[in-house]
Order: sequence, then structure tokens, then C-alpha cells
Amino acid sequence: MKLQSCSRGQDLYIYLSGELDECSAREMRVRADRIIDEHAGLSRAVFNLAGVKFMDSTGIGFLIGRYKKLKSYGMTMLLENPDRNADKVLSVSGVYSLIPKI
Amino acid sequence: MNKMQLKILSRSENETFARNAVAAFVLPLNPTLSELSDIKTAVSEAVTNCIVHAYPGREDWITLECETEGNTLHITVSDSGKGIADITQALTPFYTSLPGEERSGMGFTIMQTFMTGFSVESAPGVGTTVKMSKTLGARAGSDAQ
Repeated sequence: MKLQSCSRGQDLYIYLSGELDECSAREMRVRADRIIDEHAGLSRAVFNLAGVKFMDSTGIGFLIGRYKKLKSYGMTMLLENPDRNADKVLSVSGVYSLIPKI
Repeated sequence: MNKMQLKILSRSENETFARNAVAAFVLPLNPTLSELSDIKTAVSEAVTNCIVHAYPGREDWITLECETEGNTLHITVSDSGKGIADITQALTPFYTSLPGEERSGMGFTIMQTFMTGFSVESAPGVGTTVKMSKTLGARAGSDAQ
């Protein structure tokens, strides 16, 4: 599982790729939170899921955890480019009502 | 008809192996990418439950049994772990027995939604058995790409 980030203006972009499951989530939490801490004060964080080839409900827990952290910094979270599998998991779980897809 | 049995330790790195093994087993039935994805996700949920809930803080055996019957895949995932005291509560969307651990509480809901058939039997202190099935081509045309 890979995680890359960059910032443009007031937006933080986090690019995830690989398989987001119980095995990879722990390390991803630590890495994503470190990047969020470093960019506290920006207004939005966009999680790009184009490279996520597998995701289960552990991924939902991961995304909601980051949403809560960003919210504590007053930052908005958005999701971008989930593939069909991730999109189905996110839709069934109602995640988009909390974290909109752009 | 074909059958397979797979026994793995409850380590999170075995999740990838388990879901890919089941996907490889069902390939002769020519599943669509969408069906394959549904099966892998459901298997991953069941195995995660064994690792996180059945055997917290220890490693023990998880058994997966698969059987193909016509165009239907039957999967049984069983453990001899902690068990579930209240199955109705466990099946409730967003319910988690581990609220402090960023758990979504959606594992069983995803298994039920992504598979054609689903049932769970459990006894505290004895273990849990999840049975799922997926009939391939059930909605042919809608996702046969």
C-alpha cells in the first residue's frame, strides 16, 4: 500500500494505492495522520482512491477516522476516483453522505 | 461440483491470500469482474472478523471451505474463537463491539449485500461459522463487462 501527498493552494491531496484492508490500514493511519498534522490549517483534504485496487470495511473505518481528525482541524474531506469495488463498498456504507465524492 | 478447504492462521497478512485463493477457485465458473470483486470483499470481511473479533491478541486457525455447485459458489468461514453472544446486534449496520478502534461496523452488512446467500451461527466460547453463497450470472447483463 502506497501513500503520496501534495498540496495546492488550500487543498491537501492524498493519493492512496494498493489494497486497503486490515493488514495495511494500521500503517496507513499513522502515515495519513502525520501528513494531516503537517498540513493543519489548509481548508480541504482530497483523498484520491484511483490506485486502490481492493478495499473492504476496514477501509471505511480508516476513511471515517481521517474524516474525524480533519474535522477536528476544521478541514473538509472529499473523495475522488474510487474504482467500482471501492465505490460499491463506500455507497453501501453510506460514506458519501459524510465524505462527498467529487 | 468441486471443493476446496483452506486452513490459515489468523494473521492479517493471510487475508490477501485467503481472498485471492477463493477468487482463483471460482475462476472456472467465469465470474464477471464485479462478481469476483464482491466475493473477494465478502471473504475479506469474514476473515477480518476472525482475526479481530474471534481471536483478539492471539493466533489460531481459520478454516475456509468452498464448494461450487452449478453456477453457485458456497463459502464457509469458521473459527473456534470467542463467539458472538448477540447475533442480531452484531448484524446491525454500524454496530461494532470495538468502538475505539476505527471499526466501521459494516462487515456483516457488506457480506449480506455482496453475496446471494448469508447466514451466521455462533456460540460464545465455541466459535463462529459464517456461510455465504454467490450465484453467478444472477443479474447477467447489468454488470457482465
